[in-house]
Amino acid sequence: MRARWMMVLAMLLWTTGAWAKDFQVGFVYVSPVGDAGYSYAHDQGRKAVEAMEGVTTSFVESVPEGQDAERVITTMARKGYDMIFSTSFGYMDPTLKVAKQFPDVKFLHCSGYKTAPNMANYFGRMYQARYLTGMVAGAMTKSNLLGYVAAFPIPEVIRGINAFALGAQAMNPKAEVRVVWTKTWYDPAREKEAAKSLLDAGCDVIAQHQDSPAPQEAAQERGVYSVGYNSDMAKFAPKAHLTAAVWNWAPFYTEMVRQAQAGTWKADSYWWGMDKGVVDIAPFGPMVPEEVRAKVQAAKEAIGKGENPVFVGPIADQKGVERVPAGKALSDAELLSMNWFVRGVVGTLE
Amino acid sequence: MAFVVRKRREPLPWWGSCLVFLGAVAVALAVGGALLSFQGKPAWRGMGILLGSPVGSVWALEDCVLKAIPLFLCALGVGLSFRMAVWNIGAEGQFALGAVGATGVALTWGATLPAWVLLPLMAIAAMVAGGLWAMIAAALRVWCGANETIVTLMLNYIGILVLEFLVFGPWKDPASFGFPMTAEFAPAALVPALPGTRIHWGVVLCLVVGVLLSWVLRASRAGFEIAVCGQNPAAARYARIPYAAWVAVVLVAGGALAGLAGFLEVSAALGRLQPSIMTGYGYTAIVVAWLSGLRSGSVAVVALFLAALRVGLESLQLDLQVPAAFGTMVEGTMLLMVLVGGFWTRYQIVRRQA
Repeated sequence: MRARWMMVLAMLLWTTGAWAKDFQVGFVYVSPVGDAGYSYAHDQGRKAVEAMEGVTTSFVESVPEGQDAERVITTMARKGYDMIFSTSFGYMDPTLKVAKQFPDVKFLHCSGYKTAPNMANYFGRMYQARYLTGMVAGAMTKSNLLGYVAAFPIPEVIRGINAFALGAQAMNPKAEVRVVWTKTWYDPAREKEAAKSLLDAGCDVIAQHQDSPAPQEAAQERGVYSVGYNSDMAKFAPKAHLTAAVWNWAPFYTEMVRQAQAGTWKADSYWWGMDKGVVDIAPFGPMVPEEVRAKVQAAKEAIGKGENPVFVGPIADQKGVERVPAGKALSDAELLSMNWFVRGVVGTLE
Repeated sequence: MAFVVRKRREPLPWWGSCLVFLGAVAVALAVGGALLSFQGKPAWRGMGILLGSPVGSVWALEDCVLKAIPLFLCALGVGLSFRMAVWNIGAEGQFALGAVGATGVALTWGATLPAWVLLPLMAIAAMVAGGLWAMIAAALRVWCGANETIVTLMLNYIGILVLEFLVFGPWKDPASFGFPMTAEFAPAALVPALPGTRIHWGVVLCLVVGVLLSWVLRASRAGFEIAVCGQNPAAARYARIPYAAWVAVVLVAGGALAGLAGFLEVSAALGRLQPSIMTGYGYTAIVVAWLSGLRSGSVAVVALFLAALRVGLESLQLDLQVPAAFGTMVEGTMLLMVLVGGFWTRYQIVRRQA
């Protein structure tokens, strides 16, 4: 008799336990979280989700793109995760493959273009922040040569370089952006070497589309300025760091989880910008003069309100051919597939 | 009472080697557990996850096999040349060229040929491409006396650049928004899974190749000549064994095997060619070949062991939130301990005789 009661009690506990199960959210990162950079920024967003009521999170870092990613994402889905964020472009096909096998799990893939009934894609309008950092760099350069250490010639990176150049030219029409490709997202040694080659060519502000702060350090060692990316990199090069184009994933991630809990989540394509706080610039370094700060602040407000779409004509390409006529702005589709440099960028797309 | 280390007079029986191996793994696990508790994580539970999760479910086992397939093929190829003391460390580049060769066929005839023609054609193209890539090293070694270790290593970088050139340039999918990857392969160009599992037919290919190679090395004249060349090149030449020809054969065959791995990975795992296919199988294969004592059966065991370790370490990361670097440390400790264990299968401690 007693045993039966125990069993009922156990059943009851088990079912209520299952009922009260936390909403489980998994994150897959391509590089180590560390203390700065792309995955670090995503992980800051994860921590905001972790702080939500009734939600637990977990992550796996340094997951190579390809078969390994598919395995990690599948493992999460099998372990009962309710929502999975895969945060690198190369996870697109694996995420889609797993999404088809687990129709009840919600998948969100960052920086790609594929969707499914249970798979959304998302990214942020980083080019808006790039434009603002370009303004700072254009105002601070003396040689009018800005160096840009970039990972791969893909639309996301090209868009950032172009926005940076347009921002610089808005403050300083003579500003020129020199580009070096490292063909890696994360390799501190190669990133630093690339930054040095730009410094040798006379650049006196170094910007980057890389995950490590190595280019910042290279700039500080030469006594010139730098512009960070992903997260505030001031602590790595306090004397060089002017500002940084930073990710702030917390508002987006918490909103997605909230919608999923409320049952209103949809597998959309999300491309949030400065208006929703997903992208921003880091606090200015002490060397940035007040008048520059004021101008950048004004531009930031204009972008936030939608008054300045950044890629608005007239814009010419490297050869001087007009790509965007005066008064017209590029569409999202054109931005997402951008494969040309604006005038004033020195570099090739290979 | 003094002790000395000396070479074993009698070779250790097989169960002795097993015990040494298990001991090495146990020591590595103890180190891993200590590292875990140092981080304030539950050590026993952690080791339980590490050991239990790769074998705890059918899908985890499937994951292990899938991960082990490219390792196994690359390691067979590398191990083949190691038998002759020819140090081919170019499996990574040969793997890249194999993927390129298979992709070339898939992109050209994917839409027109049926799977039963297309897949063998892709496999052959991959083996030829991987083999030719290794042939460069073989030719330089045989005719110019160039050191094959350096040449194969350098060819890795060039091979990966060839792959990148193609996916960034002529083979780039116009519908990929400028991202470096080819178009998705036609369904006929994808190696299917064995019925009822997620494991693809590549595993059968591995079995056939493994058994065949094992037979060749053990029971054929070719195997004998390779063994002689490996143990004593001078004696081999004296016996009129064509040493240079065998150097070329083992290098090219190794390249073909790595190329075959590249074919399976690009077709079964990715379904398109993209730079992220290069995850270092070719380098891990060197470790696998070395740990396995160059025997086909052991290569399979070690490849599965390393794959299981990776799967377990991922579960450990997910469940206990340890950093990825911890996984690398445990892997490194494990390999170090197994290598140290290998020493004790050949040596023993005895009391010094007066």
